[in-house]
Amino acid sequence: MTVPADNTETPLDVAAIKADFPLLNRQVNGHQIVYLDSGATSQKPRQVIDTLDRYYEEINANVHRGAYHIAEQATSATEEARAHLQCFIGAPSPREVIFTKNATEAINLVAYSWGRANLNEGDSILITALEHHANIVPWQQLAAERGIEIRWLPLTDDGRLDLADLEQMLDGVSLFAFSAASNVLGTLTPVRRLADAAHAAGALCLVDASQAVPHLPTDVTAWDCDFMVFTGHKMCGPTGIGVLWGRAELLDAMPPFLGGGEMILNVTREGFIPNELPWKFEAGTPPIAEIIGLGAAVSYLEAIGMDAVRAHEVALTDYALRTLNERHGDDLAIHGPADTDERGGVLSICYRDVHPHDLSQVLDQRGICVRAGHHCAKPLMKLLGVGATARASIYIYNDESDVDLLSDVLAEAGEFFSHQPA
Amino acid sequence: MAGLEDLYREIILDHYRNPRNRGELETPPAHMAEGFNPLCGDEVQVFLHVDDDTICDVSISGQGCSISQSSASMMTTAVLGKTVDEARQVIRAFKAMMSIHGDDLDGSDHDPSNETVGSGVSLGDLEALRGVVKFPVRIKCATLAWNTLDQGLSEAAG
Repeated sequence: MTVPADNTETPLDVAAIKADFPLLNRQVNGHQIVYLDSGATSQKPRQVIDTLDRYYEEINANVHRGAYHIAEQATSATEEARAHLQCFIGAPSPREVIFTKNATEAINLVAYSWGRANLNEGDSILITALEHHANIVPWQQLAAERGIEIRWLPLTDDGRLDLADLEQMLDGVSLFAFSAASNVLGTLTPVRRLADAAHAAGALCLVDASQAVPHLPTDVTAWDCDFMVFTGHKMCGPTGIGVLWGRAELLDAMPPFLGGGEMILNVTREGFIPNELPWKFEAGTPPIAEIIGLGAAVSYLEAIGMDAVRAHEVALTDYALRTLNERHGDDLAIHGPADTDERGGVLSICYRDVHPHDLSQVLDQRGICVRAGHHCAKPLMKLLGVGATARASIYIYNDESDVDLLSDVLAEAGEFFSHQPA
Repeated sequence: MAGLEDLYREIILDHYRNPRNRGELETPPAHMAEGFNPLCGDEVQVFLHVDDDTICDVSISGQGCSISQSSASMMTTAVLGKTVDEARQVIRAFKAMMSIHGDDLDGSDHDPSNETVGSGVSLGDLEALRGVVKFPVRIKCATLAWNTLDQGLSEAAG
């Protein structure tokens, strides 16, 4: 009998998955592309690209308007995608699934609609030190307008949320808005525990799950959160499509965000009556192709299985942390939790004193795509004491050979920028 | 294909490893201007002491990649001791060199940037940064300190 290989073996046939992604076939700077920037956006499988083509070639028509055949097909494909998304995230009703441009717009929707209806001077909200700008700036805009207080939940030294004073920090707070997974540190936060703490304090909670939904099974009912946002393009879907999920009674009570077509039941010279959920929050012609494309992305991920996606990423992250640290030792710092149970496949790297921008330039020469910069999380970068990091982030189409090449080229970059005279 | 050696010339790495005029100046009499590259998080502070229309001292602080740091370092040596007008000419010449349209992309001898810049401005060591134009995302790294100096000169003069 063999010893169970916990965290060490991927359940995925990565070669077969890679073959689904046309872009991963191309060469960059004379080398086969190695895409390690899925934290910024994922690549798209043939199945999603074909779905977009088929929409435009066969059923392109505006939705919820025409009574003709293809308009009905476009409308039903859009609403089928919504129902599919509902099941994918464990939501009780498709009425609660609002299509937005991206996660940023979804948070802005809550800040403008719920925030402006419910928050006034003297009120406060709690966010965390690891938030993306998308979950900071909308609240700062609200704070500037309404005089509300923004509190920041601190981090532990290894990049997890410091929950020691959570109850005190939640005291008197109206909303707790936090990420399910950090786009810089990879940290997975204890969503259910945070939601319970928020509710115990009488606050609502909003979960920015942009870095979680593509990578782990998601169940808003099990999370017991109030709002949850994510974006389509990080999970094999098209750009320009995101989702706000919210509890129906909250969404029903909120005023519309953007006004226009689609979001009304009736308009007269005197005023308008807003539409029902979810269309109340979907003013104008929606991104129909992108909605249907996101539905195809969900089908693609479901066929693999989100448990298998997570197991693959745990195994590969474990491999990356182990091999990179073994080979590069003190030359390399990887921010965030060391335990793969508490992190996703986002590796923010500092290598010797090579600036991340220079590091990514050298990696690019070998066809390796990583993100260099502040990752739209400047307050977190300041806390980490760095201006920028190079971030390698993995997904279903990455394997150990990608990590090995990254490791080799890190060493080459170190040589190139070595402070020793050449 | 543009290789790493086109970008990282030896003189660039030298200025990166041994930056000239690094540090802060007392304000006043010096003036401080601050620039950000929102793309990568680089930040630069240019300290500028203008006396009698002449840049009598200049220094750089902040953080950034080898291109932004070496460009800032070379910039200080290029404008130190120059009049404000002379410094502005150097800025214009450098920014013209960093313009994609001004670059000699087709391999011909004709360089339109010379016409817009006018004669008499020698960029010297700064010519080493010419290769940056082949890497368009890095142009902002190279011009960060220069745009900040430009802003600082306007503020100091104003």
